[in-house]
Amino acid sequence: MNIVEIHNLSKSFKTQENALSNINLEIREGEIFGFIGPDGAGKTTLFRILATLLKPSSGKSYVFSKDTVEDYLDIRGNIGYMPGKFSLYGDLTVLENLEVFAGLYKIDTFKNKDLIDPVYKQLAPFSNRRAADLSGGMKQKLALCCAIVHKPKLLFLDEPTTGVDPSSRKDFWRIIKLLQKEGITIIASTPYMDEASLCDRIALIQKGEILSISTPEELISNYPGDLYSVSSSSMYPLLKFLKNQDFISSVFPFGDTHHIRLNSNISRESAEIAIESSGFDQIEIKKIQPSIEDCFMYLSTRAYDEA
Amino acid sequence: MKQFWIFVKKEFRHILRDLWSTIIVLVLPILMIVLFGFGISSEMKSTAFGVLNIQENSRGLQIVENMDQSDFFELKSSYPTEQSLENAFKAGEIRFAIVFGKEQIRLIADATDPNSASTMVAYASGIIGQFFQNQNPSITPKIKSEIKLLYNPSLKGTYNTVPGIIGMVLLLISAMMSSVSIAKEKEMGSMELLLISKLKPMTLILSKLLPYFVLSNVNLLSTLILGHYLLEVPINGSLISILLFSELYLLLSLSIGLLISSVTDSQLVALLLSGMGMILPVVMLSGLLFPIDNMPLILQWLSNIVPAKWYIDGLRKLMIMGLGWSDVIKELMILCLLFTVCLTLSLKRFKTRLE
Amino acid sequence: MTKHKAIEVHNLTKRFGAFKAVDDISFEVYAGEIFGFIGANGAGKTTAMRILCGLLKPSEGKAEVAGFNIDNQSHLIKENIGYMSQRFSLYEDLTVEENLRLYGGIYGIPKKELNPRIDEQLQVLNFMDSKKTLVETLPLGWKQKLAFIAATIHRPKIVFLDEPTGGVDPITRRQFWELIYQAADSGITVFVTTHYMDEAEYCDRVSIMADGKIKALNTPKQLKIDFQASSMDGVFDAIAKTSKRSEI
Repeated sequence: MNIVEIHNLSKSFKTQENALSNINLEIREGEIFGFIGPDGAGKTTLFRILATLLKPSSGKSYVFSKDTVEDYLDIRGNIGYMPGKFSLYGDLTVLENLEVFAGLYKIDTFKNKDLIDPVYKQLAPFSNRRAADLSGGMKQKLALCCAIVHKPKLLFLDEPTTGVDPSSRKDFWRIIKLLQKEGITIIASTPYMDEASLCDRIALIQKGEILSISTPEELISNYPGDLYSVSSSSMYPLLKFLKNQDFISSVFPFGDTHHIRLNSNISRESAEIAIESSGFDQIEIKKIQPSIEDCFMYLSTRAYDEA
Repeated sequence: MKQFWIFVKKEFRHILRDLWSTIIVLVLPILMIVLFGFGISSEMKSTAFGVLNIQENSRGLQIVENMDQSDFFELKSSYPTEQSLENAFKAGEIRFAIVFGKEQIRLIADATDPNSASTMVAYASGIIGQFFQNQNPSITPKIKSEIKLLYNPSLKGTYNTVPGIIGMVLLLISAMMSSVSIAKEKEMGSMELLLISKLKPMTLILSKLLPYFVLSNVNLLSTLILGHYLLEVPINGSLISILLFSELYLLLSLSIGLLISSVTDSQLVALLLSGMGMILPVVMLSGLLFPIDNMPLILQWLSNIVPAKWYIDGLRKLMIMGLGWSDVIKELMILCLLFTVCLTLSLKRFKTRLE
Repeated sequence: MTKHKAIEVHNLTKRFGAFKAVDDISFEVYAGEIFGFIGANGAGKTTAMRILCGLLKPSEGKAEVAGFNIDNQSHLIKENIGYMSQRFSLYEDLTVEENLRLYGGIYGIPKKELNPRIDEQLQVLNFMDSKKTLVETLPLGWKQKLAFIAATIHRPKIVFLDEPTGGVDPITRRQFWELIYQAADSGITVFVTTHYMDEAEYCDRVSIMADGKIKALNTPKQLKIDFQASSMDGVFDAIAKTSKRSEI
């Protein structure tokens, strides 16, 4: 069953035209669906529309087969939402916040103890600490707890790991997987490309438009052409050199190597020879499998070129 | 019901944990009563006065002595000529003067402040009239302007101003408290989380009203106690009626704050609207400082929607005149009406979405 | 080759009550280096950075930044460094040009020099068309690049960047790092913190903090060898596992 359906949805604000442009997609029950894209791409706007907090400018969206505008009351109460900005009560303790949100849904705080336990047991030592005094990662965990306290069927996580350090981020996604096992459909957004591979399906979103929808594996296998990594002992001069070569169609630094795409008019061998004769030390050239980030960058540059 | 009480508990926690704001909200009314009570008092004390030609009138000396002995006047000097009297006025040495003639006594008051000038004349006339009355009980002295002052024969200014100050203080403080609370949820983002549940707007609004209602009552009691014991305003009517009447006013003030809160997403704007925005109409149009009857018609008309006006009128009747419920029916009904309107509007304007 | 030291830190400690946010750290940063300062939230890196910028006084220890010591010359330090944080960069209700003029003015650059310098920097970024655009309408990536320009408009010896690329799209992120490369090339020392481990690779040397201490400091290449990791991600994980203060 499609737990979410979006048809030709667009949204414009007074201060921003086309915050969302013509979105079409479906999200299946039980999956972890990720929206991958940078700040300003439109993720938060889309989530707010699906959570019935905003109305689209045109088009329609359905959650649980109910229209998010006309039948919003049927949707509310059955969804969980974790906003991108910390929105809990800083002057209330961890436990008090949970009580408020459980009370909001008219249930006992620990009615769904089994569900929130994986998260809560990390918070338990701080149960009497004020939310404002928690570290960034703990705040996010508390927000997650409060979002699932009523065991919603559908959970929206808007950039749940932004500003959180890498190990806490991995931690968080481990918990998300556990929630999926409990039957909760999860729609998450993130600017971190490496988190995309943790989702069942992902939509790449940039400037209000969807660039692609697929599984992470499909995205990578659909990457057109070959991708190579190039490195040497002096990376920045190498970067400048590569940018100036007209047989290279794109070059991006990627940590300890540069990822390049070749123009169709040159063979791999010729390219390798050209690069090796550049005079840089310790040159290494390898064909590599593209990552989600490579795919994203390819698609968004193509979208930019086409625009 | 349990949901309601959980939210009431939450509001109380917010209030108690923002200790400084709470202290300000409880101390400010006390400060205002003391400052305004003692400051605005239209009571006259020890106004410096001068006399001229005291020898012309056989009773002159005694009259002057009576004047000087009263709390309101203090003899500065006797002046030899009209010119020297005028100089004394100009120099600010005196603000009032008695000029004696064979048959008449002239009173001259410094009218740069017309209000206090007329008060000075009234006081002096009162003292002089009293003197003649005592001399000759059968003769009513010929005083051109006969001023009859009911319920405030010694012209104690605070009787007029204290109910006015109470009305102003309660309205402003209560409105400010409640206006910030909903705006804060919107500004901090927690409103989003409340909206996606099925929480009824009415539950949210009432759960916020209740704790601030309790605080406002603390303010009511402190202002009444101060007004009575410190500023010596009598409580001539039944205390129960005064309290009940005031409860209605508090609810109205809180609902005005809620209405303001529903209009803005920013705590700062809410505070400015309910504080700065309301202070002017309340001070000017409630009858606190300036009599409404002296104002242009349109302002008189406008003053009818200033809740403080009706409350102050009613409070004066109940507190100082010692009247009963039947005499404040009009004020009661209007306050009720205003409360219903505000609450309904707050509910209607409550945004169920973020836009 | 004797490398000139841009920053020297000796036994720096900062206590907040009984809590040691920064615990006896010592290190050096050489002129023209891109120095990465990594650590989990709560590890102490923000505190350390604030001390180096002259914004906080240490409890113990000494440090010299741009040749000035942090004890009694912090005002001179501030004149000679640039600072950019993720949380605040430019005034949203001013235009690009107004912002740059403002920063230029704050650092005392004479008008004659300032205007051509602004134009020059905007040309490099291809921003000349947006000179008179209000900053609030620009996408985040552009804002961050502009903020970098503003932080370096006075050609400081050192620029401190506090998580400058959070949430920015991958392409702009890389363009931003090219700006960093260019700055380092021109002799500016760059002191940068980031949560993106691939960005740690762009640095000449990286220091990783945990529990208020520096647990590792070396080139990315050497760190990977020392911690037997294939990426900086792995190095960070290895260190994070041993830290006690990951969540306060």
